[in-house]
Order: sequence, then C-alpha cells, then structure tokens
Amino acid sequence: MLWEPDKECIKEDDLKQLQLERLQSTLYRVGTHVPFYRKKFEELRVNHDDIRSLDDLRRLPFTVKQDLRDNYPYGLFAVPLRDVVRVHASSGTTGQATVVGYTKNDIRTWSNLVARIITAAGVGKNDVIQIAFGYGLFTGGFGLHYGAELIGTSVIPISAGNTKRQIQIMQDFKSTALVSTPSYSLVLADTMMDMGINPSGLSLRYGLFGGEPWSEAMRQEIHQKLGILATDNYGLSEVMGPGISGECQECNGLHINEDHFLVEVLDPVTLEPVPEGEVGELVITTLTKEAFPMIRYRSRDLSRILPGTCPCGRSFKRMERVMGRSDDMLIIKGVNIFPLQIEKALFEVEGTKPHYQIIVEREHHADRVTVLVEVTESLFSDQMKKQREIVDQIKRRLSSQLGVNIEVKLVEEKTLERSEGKAKRVIDKRSF
Amino acid sequence: MLTIRNLESGYGQLRVLKNISLHVRSGEIVAIIGANGAGKTTLVHVVAGLLKPWRGDLFFQEEDITRTPVEIMAALGCVLVPEGRQVFASMSVEDNLLLGGSILRKRNGTAALRSQMEQQYARFPVLQARRSQLAGTLSGGEQQMLAMARALMAKPRLVMMDEPSTGLAPLIVREIFTIIAQLRAEGNTVLLIEQNARAALDIADRGYVLETGKIIVQGKAAELLANNDVQRAYLGREQIG
Repeated sequence: MLWEPDKECIKEDDLKQLQLERLQSTLYRVGTHVPFYRKKFEELRVNHDDIRSLDDLRRLPFTVKQDLRDNYPYGLFAVPLRDVVRVHASSGTTGQATVVGYTKNDIRTWSNLVARIITAAGVGKNDVIQIAFGYGLFTGGFGLHYGAELIGTSVIPISAGNTKRQIQIMQDFKSTALVSTPSYSLVLADTMMDMGINPSGLSLRYGLFGGEPWSEAMRQEIHQKLGILATDNYGLSEVMGPGISGECQECNGLHINEDHFLVEVLDPVTLEPVPEGEVGELVITTLTKEAFPMIRYRSRDLSRILPGTCPCGRSFKRMERVMGRSDDMLIIKGVNIFPLQIEKALFEVEGTKPHYQIIVEREHHADRVTVLVEVTESLFSDQMKKQREIVDQIKRRLSSQLGVNIEVKLVEEKTLERSEGKAKRVIDKRSF
Repeated sequence: MLTIRNLESGYGQLRVLKNISLHVRSGEIVAIIGANGAGKTTLVHVVAGLLKPWRGDLFFQEEDITRTPVEIMAALGCVLVPEGRQVFASMSVEDNLLLGGSILRKRNGTAALRSQMEQQYARFPVLQARRSQLAGTLSGGEQQMLAMARALMAKPRLVMMDEPSTGLAPLIVREIFTIIAQLRAEGNTVLLIEQNARAALDIADRGYVLETGKIIVQGKAAELLANNDVQRAYLGREQIG
C-alpha cells in the first residue's frame, strides 16, 4: 500500500530536479530570513546562487545541536512567530531542550509524510492505532497522531506510560496497531505475561516503532512475543519529528522521504562522505520546511544507505535502522563500539533477556566494560554451571565480534531499570 | 515537458534571472507569480528563444534547447502568448489566426489548418463573429482571446502565457482563466505568468514565486495559497495582530 504512489515511486531524474529546486529556494529563504545562516553563508563565502547541483550541498555549513541551543528559543525560525501554529521541543535525551516550530503548511506536510510511513507499515483506515508515544513537547505522539488521522485510522491517543492501562485499553478497544519504542513493546509483552494475558488473544497486528535503536533480533523477539509485524520508522524533532523515513512491510530498511529531505552519510570524524553503503552519521537537510528549515543538520545517528531496490515499488533510497548515536559510540581501548553491536551478540545467546546495560569504567588508565544482562529466572536460581557457560559464551562472542574483552555479569530478571521511553543502555563512569 | 536548471539571464549588464530551476510536467498548469520586475517575462522570453541564457540548462521534451532560437522553439511546439496581446492590429481576426497557423499548414496541410481554426472559433465564439473585423478594433478581452487562439493555431505542446489578465476587467479575467483551465482539461500544458496570484493559483496545479530574479518558494498551488509570505506579498492578506 502506498499513500502517494506518484511521489513515492518518482523517477530518479524527476526527483533530482525537484530536490534541486527545493534546495535552492530553501537556501534563499534561510539566507534571507535566518541571521544564523546568513552569517554562516557569508563566512564560508557561499551564496545560494552558487548551489547548482545536489553535490554542491557539500559547500554548505553544518548545523549542530549546540546551534539550536545558542539560538534558543526562536532564533532559527525562518518565519515570524505569528505564522507559527505549533511549537515542539526536543526530548532532551542529551542536555538542554531545543525548540522547533511549524507553519500550517509544515503541519500539512508532516501529517502527509507520516501518513506515508503508517501506510507503508500496513496500517490503513480500518485499523485502530494505539499511540503510546508521549504527547506534549515531544514530536512523537502528535506526529504519528496527525498522520494516522489523515489516513482515517481510529486513533487512541493514550500517550506513554501506565503499562497496565495500556494493556487494558489494547484489549478493550481492540487496538490493531501499536506505536511505541521497540523496548516498550517488550515491557508490554512481559507485563501481559504477568497479568496472565495471552497476547495471541489480542487484535494487535502491527507495531510501528521508533525513538531508539534496535536490532533485527529484537524484531524477532517482538514478533514471537506479540505476534505482530514490527516495522521501524525514523525521525528527529530538530528536522521534523517522525516521518523522515520508515520501513514498508518488506522490512528491509527505511525508505527516506527524499522529496522532502536530503540525507548525506558522512564520517563523523572527517565529515567527508563515507564510501557508498558504509556506516556513517546521517546529515539531513530539509527541502520543504517553512518555519524551521535545517541545513545539513548533524543528527549524530549512525546508519548506512542500503543497496538495491525494494520490491514494494517505492523508488526512495533506503537506510538501515539507526545503529546508535555517534556520541554513544564508545571508544574502548581505541576500538569504536556501538551498544547495538553488544545487543546483537547478547541476542544470539539462549537464556538471555533483551534487557541489558553497559557500564564503562576506567581503572588505572585502562577502560573496563561490563555488560549486565538479565537471564531467565530458572537459569538464575539454581544452575551455576549453566550460568558460567553462558557468561563464557557471551564473552567469547563479544570479544570475537568487537575485538576487545568485555566483562559479563548475569542479573536476575527485572533488576535493570525499565524505561517507558528510550531505554538507557550505557552508563559511562569515566571522567576525561 | 520543460526542465530548467540554474538559469541566469538578463539584458546588457543587468542580471535579471539568478539561478532559476523549475520544471513543467505534461498536462499541468504551472503558475509563475511575482511582482512587477521580478523577472517573469524575462524567464518566458528565454524559454521561447527570444533571449539568450547566460548560463544554465534548458530542456524541452528532453531536448537541449539552451541555444535554440525562437522559430525553432515554435516549430518544436513551444509558443508564447505575449504580454499586452500584441495582435496584428491592421489585420483581420482571421488573418491573425492564419498567421498563427502557418507552421501547422506547412507541416500538416490546409485541411489541418482549417480544422484547427474551427476549433478555435468553437472555443472563442466571439472571434468567429468578428472574423473579418480588424484586430485593432477588438476590445481588450477579445484581443487577449485572439492572442490565445493565434498561439493555439500552432497546435503547441506548451503554451506560455505572459500576464493574460493585464488591463482586463475582473469578469473578463475570469472568462480567460476559465478557458485556460479548459485547455488543461483538453490535455494541454500551460506555463502561466501572472501578477494576479489569486486567479493564477486558483487554476494552477503548481506554482513558483519569483522575487528579484530568484525563486523563493514553490509547491502545489494550494500550498502557496496557504503560505503566509505569499499571502502577505501577493494576495493582499495581512493578518491582524
């Protein structure tokens, strides 16, 4: 199912022309209306006239989170506040919140792009969608909400939290689709078990997940526990919120809404493009936003562009699921490690639960990494020998896949802190 | 149908168009709106082959037309209905039409020319009624219709219209725009240059806003009508408060 087939299956040449036109007028507008960009363009001696191809994008300045903070709250808006109909703020996962705004047209565009992603995930107007993303300043709840309403889906704006009530409503209202973070869907699944509710008795068929990195193994786990088709979607509030990219039912990567966003994949250190298909930081430029255009926003999210075309017919490029943040990247004894690599290794070992935490410490100038991982109750209670085997097995996997030695500690089920939003995976106790 | 990338052009030392990129797809009405002096007429003159581009790429039906002169452009099916009509005042209505159809006659013969003329008379009955009258004696609205009919005589692929509403009474403007919308319904493609942003965007599929030789915003016509900058600058709607 496609929401806008003519746009989502656009021919490459037509797309490039459209992108160039939109990029040029976006640059004109930010250069005229946003002092921050006017100054940056002057410093770099680049004028919007100089941008004659999509490759010229590389001559433009970057925008980073700190720029948003420095211009708090409205400094980067490209329209007067009276034209703004909505204000959101970033979830502030790392540090002070930042503010973004939307015009009427922006809301319309946003709803439409989210509608594409919801449709791609298989959800249609006959579905009942339970939105367990936070409503409020966070873009997740409202973003999905408006897209779902545009399609005509029956929306349950339950917001985040109150797990037992989520399950109650899921049962009573016969929700067919769940919107949440992937880790929260497993919290729901576990709580259902505790409540003696069999997920197969629910009407739930689809899970639209976003907000945090997750793995293919976690998708399998969600599928096994809840019996739903779990798809990933991606967005960040600085750029728009959800709706930047999303998976179709083929589950082979997230189609980027390329007619509205230019996505570059750059080496986070050199800021040069990575070779085609390799992992790097996503750097995003908005092409149609009116109130809050972003030029080359460094998302800190790591991903790569997937090769080949998708059988679904969409011509937009696909990105792999975000595999971590460039700031979460742990440099352990000089090796770059992403939490998701550790998660992947854990999932391959039987008896472990999908809940884990990575503790990084520094002792005598040497980094030490310990992974705390939950194991099933039966395993934890009596089988010492089995436990030791598992620890060894995980250690071996981690050291062979990552190239560094990592300590592993098994903990009892439900001892690690549960999050209703983004799970906190890394605790870095080092001071530099 | 028409693709323009990074177009720059002007007169003498004066750079009027600065890095213009736009496209028109087959079967669309695309409006270019903007104030006087924004560069709208310069833009269509470059496309029509009346003015040379300084730099940039122009493609008409995938063919590079960057250096194609006006007669060839007309033969390729790209015609301009100029601003201020510019009908041949001392010639009859019918002679004006025959002149517009000269390319068609050369290509498809007299019968094709005749049938094309009948179509235009059906579209503009007032022209049929005044077929032997001198064009200079027609009213402004009738002259605009004649200018459109003359351009359509060539059976063009792309009709470019430069300010068809200029100097016409509101009722006549509405009639002209209804006819433009009809042209699309018949499968024609129209590039419409207008100061009257409201009238143009009401019938257009998409639009571009030109300001001092630059495109400042583009999008679906409905989006432009909802854009606050466009409303303030071109639709005369200033929000209070």
